[in-house]
Amino acid sequence: MKHDIVEKNLPLMIVLIVIAISWGALAEIVPLFYSNETTEPVEGLEPLSAVELEGRDIYIREGCHVCHTQMIRPFRAETERYGHYSLAGEHVYEHPFLWGSKRTGPDLARVGQRYSDDWHRAHLYNPRDVVPSSNMPAFPWLFEQTIDGRDTPKKMAALRSVGVPYTDEQIAGAKDAADGVREIDALVLYLQQLGTVLTQKR
Amino acid sequence: MTELTTFWHIWVSVIVIGSMIASGALIIITKRGQKFDEETDQTTGHSFDGIHELDNPLPKWWMYFFWSTIVFGFAYILIYGVGDWTGFSKWSSHGQWENEMAKAEEKYQPYYDKLTAMTIEELAQNEEALATGQRIYASNCSVCHGPTASGSEGFPNLTDNDWLYGGSPAAIKATLTNGRNGAMPANGLKPDMTPEERNDIVAHVLTLSGREGSGDATKGKALFAQACAACHGGDGKGMQAIGAPNLTDNIWLYGGSEAKIDFTIEHGRAGVMPAWKEILGEDKIHVVSAYVYSLSQEQE
Repeated sequence: MKHDIVEKNLPLMIVLIVIAISWGALAEIVPLFYSNETTEPVEGLEPLSAVELEGRDIYIREGCHVCHTQMIRPFRAETERYGHYSLAGEHVYEHPFLWGSKRTGPDLARVGQRYSDDWHRAHLYNPRDVVPSSNMPAFPWLFEQTIDGRDTPKKMAALRSVGVPYTDEQIAGAKDAADGVREIDALVLYLQQLGTVLTQKR
Repeated sequence: MTELTTFWHIWVSVIVIGSMIASGALIIITKRGQKFDEETDQTTGHSFDGIHELDNPLPKWWMYFFWSTIVFGFAYILIYGVGDWTGFSKWSSHGQWENEMAKAEEKYQPYYDKLTAMTIEELAQNEEALATGQRIYASNCSVCHGPTASGSEGFPNLTDNDWLYGGSPAAIKATLTNGRNGAMPANGLKPDMTPEERNDIVAHVLTLSGREGSGDATKGKALFAQACAACHGGDGKGMQAIGAPNLTDNIWLYGGSEAKIDFTIEHGRAGVMPAWKEILGEDKIHVVSAYVYSLSQEQE
């Protein structure tokens, strides 16, 4: 039997297994790399500013994406609560994306401009102050720590290398823009722009 | 998927349908190679330590299961399509959502039409409308104004009769629709204010609600006229057109202690009420306005 060739030749078996596993991806994923719907930004989408980008990194550092998704699915139950369902074109500048897969807290894909900056600060300092039944942790240290802008230009350059259209001026000014900004302010700036490119009308 | 080019449409279709046909072919081909003759001992001829590897055909139920998955696959494609073709059901996730929305509109729109035909004052007497308004309030407004609408520091209490921008039905509706932006500058209109001067102003502000501060209230009164009266009025009763609060009623959005008032003057305040026009839409704003309006009416 020809089975012997595969069974006795480990590298060949590994290659064949990889092909077998990725076969579905050829039909399901590869075409999306070439679809305008998934590769073109929606109209008006801008890359995050230096401070917003640092805010996003704080969002990742504090693990916000573990409990909050940023993906509104096209169901009425979701669009009634959160606004227009998420479009692929809104996320083309996101590396990595923060869609998430588990909601302990609400979806944040369109939380931008929904509440005031003051509310976000009060809520992040101690969620129970404004939402008595909340089980979200408090993040008081964000109010004490400031951003070190040393790495901000490098982060932007890295994003540019994967297709985010940052200009040379933006990268050059990034260190000064982000340096010394309180972490809470950067995070609130990031949150307040989430999902605001697309109108929330429904 | 509606934006595949012809090339990728064919690519997807060929891979999907080709794989299904290939799976069927694989079952047939491997079955053919198996010997059911009495002559063979039904082993592969592979033995180790006296253990022989058997070469039995697959059980029948297992074979049928294989075939049924392939049949299921073709049925699925006929219903839901492949590549750009949407199948006989014309299904798309967007279409499903639109369907849900249309059904909901059919169900709820007459109800909202009935409610929006009434004035906010009428709705405030209507229990059904208030129950709806209460639910809209709970899922949107309570996040800042609290589940009992009593507010918290920086977020106004909606149950008292003290209104920053007016408590008439029209004013409440305007606030909800377009939002509000508070704009109290640091140190009022006197950017060069010294801490002593500020302390005097605090003393004057405290006297407005019948209390006493550590500063000189008489001096403070003159300074108040300079720095604060343009918005809060000479008598400190505020101005609802620009959202300047009444300072004489002992209701404090940001705390009424001497230290808190001092902090407010030193740093200014810029409370923001977000605009709900695009999030809730006119109908729901009308109903929730009635609920908010009713909260302060019940107290009278």
